[in-house]
Amino acid sequence: MGLMRTPTLLISALCLAAASLVLHAQERKDEMDGMIAAIAAHAQDAGPAVPGGGIDPAVLQAMRTVPRQEFVPDDVRAQAYEDQPLPIGFGQTISQPFIVALMTDLLDVAPDEKVLEIGTGSGYQAAVLSPLAKEVYSVEIIPELGERATNVLKRFGFANVRTKVADGYYGWPEAAPFDGIVVTAAASQIPPPLVEQLKPGGRMVIPVGGAYFAQQLMLIEKGADGKVTTRQLLPVQFVPFTRAGTK
Amino acid sequence: MSRAGLVAVAILSAAILAYEVLLMRLFSILWWHHFAYMIISVALLGFGASGTALAFARERLLPRFAAWFAAGAALFGLTAVLCFAVAMRLPFNALAILWEPEQLLWLGLAYALLVLPFFFGGGAIGLAFSRAPDQIGRTYAYDLVGAGLGALGIVTLLLVLPADAALRCVASLGLLSAALALAPFRGRRTQVASLALTTAAFLVPAWLPAGLLSLHPHISEYKGLRTALLVPDARVLQERSHPLGLVSVVESPTVPFRHAPGLSLNYLGEPPPQIGVFTDADSMTAITRFNGDLASLEFLDHTTSALPYHLLRAPKVLVLGAGGGEQVLLALFHQARKVDAVELHPHVAGLVAGDHADFAGGLYARPDVDVHIREARSFAQSTGDRFDLIQAPVLGSPGGAGATQGLHENHTLTVEGLRDFLNILEPDGILSVTLWLKLPPRDAPKLLATVITALEQLGVREPGEHIALIRSWKTMTLIAKKTPLTDEETARVRAFADERSFDVSYLPGIAAAEANRYNILEGEPFHAAAMALLGPDRQDFIERYKFAIAAAADDRPYFFDFFKWRSLPELFALRTQGAASMLDMGYLMLFSTLAQAVVLSIVLILAPLVLRRRHFGGTAPKARVMAYFLALGLGFLLLEIAFIQRFSLFLGHPLYSVAVMLTGFLVFAGAGSALSPATMQAFARRSERSWAALGPLPAIAAGIAALAVVYILVLPPIFDALIELPDPAKIAISLALVAPLACLMGMPFPIGIAHLARDDQDLVPWAWAINGCASVVAAVLATLLAMHFGFTAVVLLAAAIYLAAPAAMAGVAAASPESRTALVSGSGP
Repeated sequence: MGLMRTPTLLISALCLAAASLVLHAQERKDEMDGMIAAIAAHAQDAGPAVPGGGIDPAVLQAMRTVPRQEFVPDDVRAQAYEDQPLPIGFGQTISQPFIVALMTDLLDVAPDEKVLEIGTGSGYQAAVLSPLAKEVYSVEIIPELGERATNVLKRFGFANVRTKVADGYYGWPEAAPFDGIVVTAAASQIPPPLVEQLKPGGRMVIPVGGAYFAQQLMLIEKGADGKVTTRQLLPVQFVPFTRAGTK
Repeated sequence: MSRAGLVAVAILSAAILAYEVLLMRLFSILWWHHFAYMIISVALLGFGASGTALAFARERLLPRFAAWFAAGAALFGLTAVLCFAVAMRLPFNALAILWEPEQLLWLGLAYALLVLPFFFGGGAIGLAFSRAPDQIGRTYAYDLVGAGLGALGIVTLLLVLPADAALRCVASLGLLSAALALAPFRGRRTQVASLALTTAAFLVPAWLPAGLLSLHPHISEYKGLRTALLVPDARVLQERSHPLGLVSVVESPTVPFRHAPGLSLNYLGEPPPQIGVFTDADSMTAITRFNGDLASLEFLDHTTSALPYHLLRAPKVLVLGAGGGEQVLLALFHQARKVDAVELHPHVAGLVAGDHADFAGGLYARPDVDVHIREARSFAQSTGDRFDLIQAPVLGSPGGAGATQGLHENHTLTVEGLRDFLNILEPDGILSVTLWLKLPPRDAPKLLATVITALEQLGVREPGEHIALIRSWKTMTLIAKKTPLTDEETARVRAFADERSFDVSYLPGIAAAEANRYNILEGEPFHAAAMALLGPDRQDFIERYKFAIAAAADDRPYFFDFFKWRSLPELFALRTQGAASMLDMGYLMLFSTLAQAVVLSIVLILAPLVLRRRHFGGTAPKARVMAYFLALGLGFLLLEIAFIQRFSLFLGHPLYSVAVMLTGFLVFAGAGSALSPATMQAFARRSERSWAALGPLPAIAAGIAALAVVYILVLPPIFDALIELPDPAKIAISLALVAPLACLMGMPFPIGIAHLARDDQDLVPWAWAINGCASVVAAVLATLLAMHFGFTAVVLLAAAIYLAAPAAMAGVAAASPESRTALVSGSGP
């Protein structure tokens, strides 16, 4: 009887571990589903800020492929799929999922296009762009953040993302021009090199706002003649004044 | 109480008030001003809590008064340092409050820690009042004078010491007070304790580990300074402490700052190297390297601030809030023939003029540049010069930072302020104000409303012919003239904007289609707001707008307060979708501070009544006692805060105003308190009638109310007539004006305590608790009321409260005529 006990225990332990993994995976799937549903609901309420009245399904699908919990520190992992910004250290936050979805949607990336991100941060935005674009280049100025993000991106197989730790002001001239550029670092000005590295017909998306505040989004479009126009989008349907005769 | 005991009270009061001011400075550096205000306001309820505790424990403590007073003072000194050291290490993230409810736990813990020093200090002072209620006039006088000197002392100390070093001195004062309280007693153990406390008082500043109170590791990681220092090779070159703010100078050689707010997207160059200057670890300005080559400054001509220079030739320029000198450089780039640069913070100006003068190219040493360390409005009121251009560079916090400037009084951007600036312009001169672009617009409409009103008050009939508004993607600049813009000028505005891809939101004769070409906004709300505010339905538009955009005025000088209650439900519901950045945190912080203070005050005030009902003896009607001391606490602080604000414009410097006026109010109130027994005696000799049970209270209250109302009327013309006097004269005049009012205000409290003293000594600490709580509530209420109704309304309310107070005391005094006799005769327990 004693000889029979060890394999039985081993098999039981393996079964338990497998069941735990399945349960855990199911939990994550449920959380992911909840996050996607929240994004879709916000997009419906956001009005003209979201072109077409909703986020591109391809963007939502791309977000499903990214394990967001791997891009946040352990102490906030449990909140990874909540629709809120989270701290990632060094005074930075990972944007709330709705804003990431909206920025990615605004960038309107095609599968054969090349995208530049300034401010890798957690690496999550680059990971979301990865399945949508041909190539993603991402620059981070804070070495610890850049290295951490690089490791996570590599570990989870986002092979078409290239990162470097450098001054994002100068973009990535060797890989330019880009079809899309997203600038996630707080911007008091838009670096001219980035405007130069944007292809005619390209788009640049910049969130404006502080950490922990769901940002307003600015879209910069470069015309065929090289001239740029900006468009500020509030990701919320809020009209500042009421019409006469109403409260 | 012995003279040594009274001096101990004074020293402890000085230390407590200094600690209060110091905490505001420290937490403004660590976190943000409004979170600091909220936390400290609630912590001050420690005073009220101490009174409540004394109401329960008074009889046990009084027999060993000196020992318990010394214990309270010593514990104040120790907890002042230790509680702050722990509180600043809490992982409280103020910005995340809307997202993370658990932050409220850390906030609660911060309250619990910071309440302790005020509890112990307030308890010792309250015990002193209970110890000798017949000497309440003298004791209260020492308390108030001590507090006044503490206010002055801490402001002076912060000129020479950093805030964390000043905190060590405050701890020493607490220990010194304890030592002094024990000094008169001859017992050996008491003498040893006194000596030990004295020794500790002098050694504590030296013994405390340097790292215990070091601020830098604990400054919020979301503040600009911390973020800047994350960049490789960025380092702090120097720091200078000042009551107006800690100035930190940072160099970042690997990744330059490139500070150029609203730089045109058409500009392809890179700004020259810069040094970053942070105030209270945020609010960056930059010192730009200048070697005399004006071509290196070309980038500044590609910001919206450069607009007025394209309408003028070799102007004489006044720069308000010069900061690191960027606008001075812009003026020099455009061949300004003379530049007057006004900067309030002496250290910021000193960096450009002194420590980094070589880097800045000797900017402030140039013969064509004069620097004035002054408050902008005060300079405008006293200068005899006239200018072609008055340039107010980017004001306010960048959008999305939660509008933490909402509570800061701003006397530049009021109707009266803009009128003052327009009055010192040459006939064709230009006033230019640049703000951050915020969406939905609130700064811009409010600025428009304020400028339009100022122009109308100067006799301009068609303000629309006198202003222009342009915007980039990040900033907007409004220019205003006393004379209409000419066709040539409007053409130049268009050309300037077109070359730089800026949009013209408003110009005389502009068509709507012109207003939204480069930086496209849904509905172009800036143009729409300008047209509405210049049209016949201005008031209706302001009323319907979901943010508060009515013109700011000196009576309500809160330009950056945009909050409207009726917008809150909509914004709150949308907060997770991006509306959080539109919520004006400043106002909401203030309101939640008031709510917390009121709720906690009710608990603290009612607790003795509920829990100790049977033992709360005496004959005095409790409700009347509560009403009386509530009225005093409210009235005193409401008047004090309102007049500090009134005098701040006259004194021309926010620091002078707070230091001088706070000290003046407290010291003269202390004098009034000391005079209260003599006043009572004088009144008693004149009348023996039963209705005179209140003594001089009705006359005192009437005097306070009358003076307050008279001052509302006479102060403005007095200030206008004397504004050009030198600062020492203005300080003396201010103190002379405050003296009679403050003296009267210092009398009702000791008179009230004296009435309780004879038969209702249990109620003395309770009255102290009520007064303490009311003071905290009043301090917050004063600002809230001023934001809604103006400071004049605050003064009128305070006057009404003082007039009603004696009626509350009438029942108390009538119930105990013997107390009046005792007070007048000076006899008592």
